[in-house]
Amino acid sequence: MLNFTIRRSVLAIPTLLFISLIIFLLLDLAPSDPTANLPLTIPPDVREKIRESLGLGQPIHIRYLLWCNQFFINEPLNVLEHWLGWNSDGDRIRVLSWQTRSPVVDLIVERLPQTLWVVGLSYIVGTLLALPIGIISAYRQYSWFDQIGTFISMVGFSVPTFFTGVLMIVIFSVWLGWFPSIYDTTHQVTDMASFMHQVKQMVMPVTVLALFNAAQISRFMRASMLDNLNQDYVRTARAKGLREQTVVLVHVLRNSLIPVVTVVALGVPQVFGGAIITEQVFKVNGLGQLLIVSIQGGDLPVVQTLTFIFALLIVLFNLIADVLYGVLDPRIRYD
Amino acid sequence: MKLRTVLLSAVAALALAPVAQAERGSDGHVNIIYWQAPSTMNPYLSGGTKELEAGSLVLEPLARYDQDGNMVPWLAESIPTTENGGVSADLTTITWKLKPGLKWADGSPVTSKDVVFSWKYCTHPEGGCAQSEKYNDVSSVEALDDLTVKVTFGISKPFPYGPFVGAQSPIIQAAQFADCLGAKAPECTEANFNPIGTGPFVVSEFRPNDVISLKANENYRDPAKPAFATATLKGGGDAAAAGRSVLETGEFDYAWNLQLAPDVLANMQAAGKGKVISAFGTLVERIMINLTNPDAALGEERGTKKHPHPFLTDMNVRKALSLAIDRKLLVEIGYGDAGRPSCNVLPAPEIYKSTANDGCLKQDVEAAKKLLDDAGWKAGADGVRAKDGVRLSILYQTSTNAVRQDFQALIKQWWGEIGIETELRNIDASVFFGSDPGSADTFQKFFADVEMYANNFDGTDPESYMSNWSCKQAPSPETQWQGNNMPRYCSEEYDALVAEMAKTGDLKERARLAKAMNDKLMQEYIMIPLVDRGRVSAHSNTLGGVVLNTWDSELWNVADWHRMK
Repeated sequence: MLNFTIRRSVLAIPTLLFISLIIFLLLDLAPSDPTANLPLTIPPDVREKIRESLGLGQPIHIRYLLWCNQFFINEPLNVLEHWLGWNSDGDRIRVLSWQTRSPVVDLIVERLPQTLWVVGLSYIVGTLLALPIGIISAYRQYSWFDQIGTFISMVGFSVPTFFTGVLMIVIFSVWLGWFPSIYDTTHQVTDMASFMHQVKQMVMPVTVLALFNAAQISRFMRASMLDNLNQDYVRTARAKGLREQTVVLVHVLRNSLIPVVTVVALGVPQVFGGAIITEQVFKVNGLGQLLIVSIQGGDLPVVQTLTFIFALLIVLFNLIADVLYGVLDPRIRYD
Repeated sequence: MKLRTVLLSAVAALALAPVAQAERGSDGHVNIIYWQAPSTMNPYLSGGTKELEAGSLVLEPLARYDQDGNMVPWLAESIPTTENGGVSADLTTITWKLKPGLKWADGSPVTSKDVVFSWKYCTHPEGGCAQSEKYNDVSSVEALDDLTVKVTFGISKPFPYGPFVGAQSPIIQAAQFADCLGAKAPECTEANFNPIGTGPFVVSEFRPNDVISLKANENYRDPAKPAFATATLKGGGDAAAAGRSVLETGEFDYAWNLQLAPDVLANMQAAGKGKVISAFGTLVERIMINLTNPDAALGEERGTKKHPHPFLTDMNVRKALSLAIDRKLLVEIGYGDAGRPSCNVLPAPEIYKSTANDGCLKQDVEAAKKLLDDAGWKAGADGVRAKDGVRLSILYQTSTNAVRQDFQALIKQWWGEIGIETELRNIDASVFFGSDPGSADTFQKFFADVEMYANNFDGTDPESYMSNWSCKQAPSPETQWQGNNMPRYCSEEYDALVAEMAKTGDLKERARLAKAMNDKLMQEYIMIPLVDRGRVSAHSNTLGGVVLNTWDSELWNVADWHRMK
């Protein structure tokens, strides 16, 4: 297992380098211009100067190598320095965003908390809701609970978050006035009252996203349970005289969880990707909003860095899912 | 005795409170929402409107424009003119005098050195300053003494109010930005996010593309202002959500640029929490007509003067296109109170507005048909007019935007009625307005027969705007497709008017020339103006002092904003 993990990690390095090259080329060859969103009153020669000052005058391979140098060498060194409290030259050039002219990594660090809180929490809530719903739905297939569960998950699947989000704002912010419609990212939790405010502003976005996540995962859980419930080993377990609770929750559940764990693990990178639409709707301004604003503004360094970090997380969680598979299922051995 | 004094003064304070001037910071907190989030506080590093406006809370120019487009002295004592001797008789120098006693937010005095530095900062060749056009033709800026600055132009400048006027060219602190010149400019993140200014507020926390927290400037020149102790400028979301947060939920006090369908805004306003306000500037939505042939078969020479357009060079066709459009209906559908029909490409300020073309306000399909009939364009079997084998078939492009696509559909129908076939195309704004010379879809390359977008000019002087349609401004492969003359219009008479305006100082004479240029463009139907687009914003019922200004930053008078009791 250890061998396998190491082999996969080493293999991931060329994969990631290749991904970074593809991302860089794709974005660079796409027709986009960081000065396109500026007012038309700014004349073309000034725009040309702006583009030059952004480094766009250099040929593409130089820019790619510069980005690699900044991202793979300078940024980790900066983090190291920060952690260890060194203070060396400090003149290292970092990946700078074109829109804000500030280091991209700082932007990402600034956006992480709200994304993890809102999107991460909704993922946890969604998963915790989905598992029992999936189990009961499968065990009591075609019962009223299963029918309602199926209906709700179909709604969660098919109704887009920009609709549920705005619907919730209209009901709970405009009509009832219970929750704020705009998320305050500067809010600090210091006491009970501010904690309640934080809860209030998180209720709606978390609910909307949790519904969406729960819908997906509960369907996986249900399908996987159904596969296992009719297996011979379940009949054997019942014939041995085990209690029904033990049969379902120990024998069937454990086996059914294997594919579900993979699905849940592979979904984690999406949490870091933020929820572009939901973040826009509730003005959470996390990583998803950062990505979309950068795409619209033609801010290539931010888009490149963010997409690459997503790629990194996907590769990482694929590896984690594979390892977990081996841990959960004794039949699977990689060595 | 002591207690009595305290009590007495308390009573006195109570009695005085309603009449006395509000104190600085006495009105608590104000919430402003910009649905496009500001990326930086330094307007020199970003030409975007959102950054200009956010920056204007902190940084101020020597003079700015009020809601009527008049210049008002801001950090300067007065507006220099030829009458008061501030502008030299040969129109090559302008001398500004700073108000005495001005202080930066950090307490240090504002001097003419800061003004000189602001010029140096923006005109540094490696800085990529987005506002460098404001400093065009400036040959030097000198500090005559601590409060006097002399700007010298290389040529005679009839309108010398480009540098240091308006939100685009504010004064920045020399001490703070001293190490940020040229290529170093973007690396000064701390200074770009937290500039030290003279404005009513100072930044306490800047989160790029998200939210700005501000507090009142302790050293602001008016001790009674601003009325708000703190302010938040939140960014992100969309125009509808911003409008909702002011007009329906009341969470925010001011929402910027609510470009929404008229009925949506009316519904929001009906909730009774706030008011929608609008004002008009110079922004005109127009259709540009391509006078050159965009046929792809011409290869490298498509869209250049070598190949005139097969039918749009016929003025009758261009005139018919304009006659067939019902501008009032377009306004009603697309903009409501935020728009009005326009027959001019130069709709404001008042002195420059021509009334010679107002006939276009009335749609006249019959006249359009007759015009085409008389010119020999005969309808074929499919209803599309043709002459000598040339069919009136138009490719009509614009940027992707709900209102623009509505306009396209309506106009396509009207043109269909007069026998002109239209194919519609929309292109993402970042590509359409981008100037990537490799892309064939930019508005400059204009590889279509007509295209629609909106444009305006900064400030109140139309000279550089009107010179957009001189021959040399036509985009072509030789100019890397740069230039503002999208129709590739070229007329000696027009160029002569442009040249004359460049050396005329008298305001009345300038107005006459500007009008003449506008009328020439309109009467030759080089472009078809559609809608004069206003700015729409909203403020809550409890926010007082808001004066919407389209000539400068919307937050230009934020120091006067206060809470209504």
